[in-house]
Amino acid sequence: MNTNTDALAAIRMQVMWNRLVAVVEEQAQTMIRTAFSTTVREAGDLSAGIFDLEGRMLAQAVTGTPGHVNSMMESVGHFLAKFPAATMRPGDHYITNDPWLGTGHLHDLTVVTPAFHRGKMVGLFANTAHVIDVGGLGMGPEGRSVFEEGLYIPIVKCFSEGRPNETFFDFIRAGSRLPVELEGDVYSLCACNDTGARRLAQMLDEFGLTGIEGLADFIFASSRRATEAAIGAIPAGTYAAEIWSDGYDEPVRLAARMQVRADTIEVDFAGTSGLSGRGINVPAAYCRAYASFGIKVVVAPQIPNNWASLAPLRMTIPEDCILNAPRPYPVSVRHVIGQLLPDLMMGCLYQAVPERVAAEGSSCLWNPPLRGGAGVSGQRRGNRPVAEDFEVITFNSGGTGATPRRNGLDGTAFPSGVRTMPVEATENVAPVVFWRKELRPDSAGPGRHRGGLGQVMEIATKGDLEFAVNAIFDRVGHPAKGRAGGGEGAAGGVRLASGAALRTKGFQIIPDGERLLLLLPGGGGYGDPRERPPAEVAADVRDGVLSPQASQRLYGVRVGADGTLDPETADAAPDQGAPGAAPTTARR
Amino acid sequence: MPVHSSPPLPGQPGQARLAVDIGGTFTDLALETAERRWTSKVLTTPAAPEEGVLSGIAAILREAAMAPADIALLIHGTTLATNAIIERRGARTGFITTAGFRDVLALGNESRYDQYDLDIRLPEPLVPRHLRLGVPERLDNEGRVLLPLDADAVAAAAETLRAAGVQSVAIGFLHGFVNPLHEQAAREIVRTRLPDVAISLASEVSPEMREWERFSTTVANAYVQPLMARYLGRLETALRAMGLAAPIFLMLSGGGLTTIETARRFPIRLVESGPAGGALFAAEIARASALDRVLSFDMGGTTAKICLIDDHAPQTARSFEVARIGRFRKGSGLPLRIPVIEMVEIGAGGGSLASVDALGRIAVGPQSAGADPGPACYGRGGAHPAVTDANLLLGRYDPDRFAGGTMKLDTAAAAVALEADVGRPLGLDAAMAALGVVEMVDENMANAARVHAVESGTTQEGRTMIAFGGGGPVHGYRVAEKLGIRRVLVPAGAGVGSAIGFLRAPIAYEVVRSLYQRLGRFDREAVSALLAAMQREAADLVAAGSFDRPTSTSGIAYMRYVGQGHEIPVTLPRWPLAPADVEQLRRDYDTAYARFYDRPVPGSDVEIMSFAVRVATAPMPGPQAQPTGGAPAPGRTQQVRDTAQGTLGPWRVVDRAALEGGAPLAGPAIVAEAETSTLVGPGWSATLQPDRSILLVRES
Repeated sequence: MNTNTDALAAIRMQVMWNRLVAVVEEQAQTMIRTAFSTTVREAGDLSAGIFDLEGRMLAQAVTGTPGHVNSMMESVGHFLAKFPAATMRPGDHYITNDPWLGTGHLHDLTVVTPAFHRGKMVGLFANTAHVIDVGGLGMGPEGRSVFEEGLYIPIVKCFSEGRPNETFFDFIRAGSRLPVELEGDVYSLCACNDTGARRLAQMLDEFGLTGIEGLADFIFASSRRATEAAIGAIPAGTYAAEIWSDGYDEPVRLAARMQVRADTIEVDFAGTSGLSGRGINVPAAYCRAYASFGIKVVVAPQIPNNWASLAPLRMTIPEDCILNAPRPYPVSVRHVIGQLLPDLMMGCLYQAVPERVAAEGSSCLWNPPLRGGAGVSGQRRGNRPVAEDFEVITFNSGGTGATPRRNGLDGTAFPSGVRTMPVEATENVAPVVFWRKELRPDSAGPGRHRGGLGQVMEIATKGDLEFAVNAIFDRVGHPAKGRAGGGEGAAGGVRLASGAALRTKGFQIIPDGERLLLLLPGGGGYGDPRERPPAEVAADVRDGVLSPQASQRLYGVRVGADGTLDPETADAAPDQGAPGAAPTTARR
Repeated sequence: MPVHSSPPLPGQPGQARLAVDIGGTFTDLALETAERRWTSKVLTTPAAPEEGVLSGIAAILREAAMAPADIALLIHGTTLATNAIIERRGARTGFITTAGFRDVLALGNESRYDQYDLDIRLPEPLVPRHLRLGVPERLDNEGRVLLPLDADAVAAAAETLRAAGVQSVAIGFLHGFVNPLHEQAAREIVRTRLPDVAISLASEVSPEMREWERFSTTVANAYVQPLMARYLGRLETALRAMGLAAPIFLMLSGGGLTTIETARRFPIRLVESGPAGGALFAAEIARASALDRVLSFDMGGTTAKICLIDDHAPQTARSFEVARIGRFRKGSGLPLRIPVIEMVEIGAGGGSLASVDALGRIAVGPQSAGADPGPACYGRGGAHPAVTDANLLLGRYDPDRFAGGTMKLDTAAAAVALEADVGRPLGLDAAMAALGVVEMVDENMANAARVHAVESGTTQEGRTMIAFGGGGPVHGYRVAEKLGIRRVLVPAGAGVGSAIGFLRAPIAYEVVRSLYQRLGRFDREAVSALLAAMQREAADLVAAGSFDRPTSTSGIAYMRYVGQGHEIPVTLPRWPLAPADVEQLRRDYDTAYARFYDRPVPGSDVEIMSFAVRVATAPMPGPQAQPTGGAPAPGRTQQVRDTAQGTLGPWRVVDRAALEGGAPLAGPAIVAEAETSTLVGPGWSATLQPDRSILLVRES
């Protein structure tokens, strides 16, 4: 037994750790409350954290999205390399959107702020947020270099001892289609770090401390120990997997070879396709972020993100592969490739701990960036009506992969942590009409647990006038695979409502009188479909998300259209030859 | 069935008012005349809740030597609707909506409330997909018809729902809150085919933008409506049969009262009535004590509820989540868009269980030992340590006098459980494990309060905490220390605070409508007409219960900079609006914005998303209390371990009566009462206030 004094000290460390997590949560909530961009306040595309003077992250807000996990964590080191801690003053704020020093594309601003206590610098707060516009081509894959993709902000001081850097603000206002929002967001990011810094100072006062070194040691030691123990519970070995993306103009192969050792996991991405000429390239930090998330969600989901809990996860990313894009390659929509990485990691881990991973899911967000008006159709001329000018994006998702215990989630974001906005709100900010947005029948990958259903979305403008979509969709040519005998989810589809297929990536016109039809992909199934309880199959038929034909073909269960089960035929063997029935697995 | 009464006081005789609050475990009653108050607790009878109500009323009337006919007003609140949703015991419900949108309820906002749980469960819609039916029709965002309503399709949907045996139908169309004509036409078609089925229209239940929240609210209303209508009918009949002739009002989640008739139509507005009563209780104390900035802290057996009260009014909101399935996590429940008193509820109560997580950290809650088996110290077979066990081991309770001596606590069992689940994994003895558990639960509550303040654009520093519920007075001082709060008020009657709060509630109704406006091109006529219509609607509902008492009307505009996320409520000067009023609105907005966010945003127009109009009678005053005098009785001492410093020492233990006379009691000390104990921490002092509440002040 410890002495009481030691015991009290240990309990205090735990209390302070909890407090630190609350401090960064306050930091994130302040951002959500004050931000202007819908991407932050409605969709939650942000993150926030606290760092020690060496740039090591101690805690990260629970609120936020995984794509920023490692990338924001690494960025603070870049800030300190350019502006050493000794040069920082109270009231300073530093900013960048450099994809290679921040979180992978120009739309993400990262702000770093030193925190002081009794005149001494004690740590740094950082946050990242996806802002709505930074000029350039806008969100989309069409850029051929990062220079086309928007305003490029190197690491600079945006506030100096509390005074705004007006030259900086002049530049960003001039470079954005939405200057008020962009400037407001920068203010919001700085304010949220200020909140964190104030709270930290109060905490140090309350606990009678002069710095966070002791607490950092405690957090890092506990996290390291727990992460290593979690890794130790995974059978050691080498596991390889691959996954394919539709790419921009040709399919992209993502390959990984994962070595699980006693207390580290190392991933080598050798064998991955080379760079793309368009903006689907992934900077290395973003690759590390989503790969780490994919490992952590399986291996150590309960352990909070910090420098020590992420340190045992190591990545080797070959140069010139699409997951290690160098400057100035275009990277605007790096998420479309990056969000497949958790599926790739789980493809490896399936071989070690099949009972802990999910089948592949739709995974990449299906965000349709829509534009209309003069920017698409030119000025109104003659008798031809033209839509009002608009630019709008919604955040939508297909189905997630099934797990060994549950069906996948229907129309739900994974691995991304963002939310969508209401159709009514979207129709209030742009002259668009969503004619359908509902679950897509027969899209779930069959399995003992089925994958999540995709969605059907049919979009037009008011009066069915011409508009454009800057497509960034995937899993059209390469649907989500099932695991352990589960089948593939339905492939996605991008079409005109009249039937013609559109490209999955790039800027395309939806002509007058036409509508855009999006078929969002389904998630893969887990386990043998014939083991699925017939009553669950019948309930899917009753609910209209599984056709009676598919229920018999995929599950061997005969169900009437009203969902009544025919017990006589419930055990009939499924027709293995039918399309979509072939159980597949990511195992190699 | 304990009945407590405050001492009789001189005063004018008056008519009696009675409040009944049905909770999950207990039904609380409070009876007041102008002179005095009686309170009582009886067990809730879940199968037929009116039975507990009737036996409780009989008991409290007996104690007060009154007859049912002496009651001038009955105010009632109940968790019945909430529990029906949590336990999925509502009516078989159908939902008719715009074709192409039958899955709005299933898709929600397409997100997960926990990023790291692969096996996450999301809440199931209250209506399964085969009873969610789309019919062709479409309005645009301005309410113009893009596609006329297909009457045949509605009739066919009604037949489908009839065949499925639904007892209740919800109807909600996209943009139907702007133009309700399609919803109303659909109602007529359904009504002729299903004359005995209750129908809820989205444009009446929750006429606000955001289809998921609006449809979810409408469907929830339909889901609980038959059950609530039956219950209210039975209750009214039984009360009349016992001779109670008084008007009966229902407590609303937004803090007002309404008639049985309105409650039958919109039962979803009753969901959070109990906690709302608790907040009104605290608000009334804040008013009586002239406290402008208050944190209400209500800690019970399974959860703690935290509410901000500025200028004597509890913070209100327009949305709420019911039936959270993910450990009280935001996003894991069904959204309801109704006026509510805003509070944060976390899984931290006396029954919350403690353990050690994978990182060697003490974790407390949200799992709870409940009432059965309860904490280990109850001696009913509970093997895992709860917060109550930790409090006992710290010496905060006298094991022989807990709950007025009705329950003897088993200290040894508490020690065994704490040592096993917390002490051994961390190398701590039972006493230090107990300290760790209490520190952690206090920290969790303080953190939740702090984040809630940030979300609300305010802070906790400088507030006065009003602590009640079984655990509030025990944990109050330490949570206050963590929040930088220096004053804690522990009211008398803390155990039945919600029921007493009901008696303070005004007869009130709030109507909210979305109407998009920009201040730069503001349509005064349209807004004034809308406000007038909303005022008529609210006034009609209030008139049914105000008995011609004077009412006041207030209006609010929910405003923000164009494009910004969070709206700020700004009070409307008056309506019809004159040009000067619009300028005033802009000035008031700027003032409010600066208060929330420090710095304004240059060069931005302001937009209004929606308006609210509230019509209310004045709040009901309570009986005047007076100090009864008397000298402090000699106290005893208890060995208590201080959680801040870890030291064990003697704390004085006195009765509340012993504080009378006004001399401050210096901490560390415990003020013991039948229902709970008030801890006066080291560095704090306690004095009895004229209304018999205990004021704790941090001296150092």
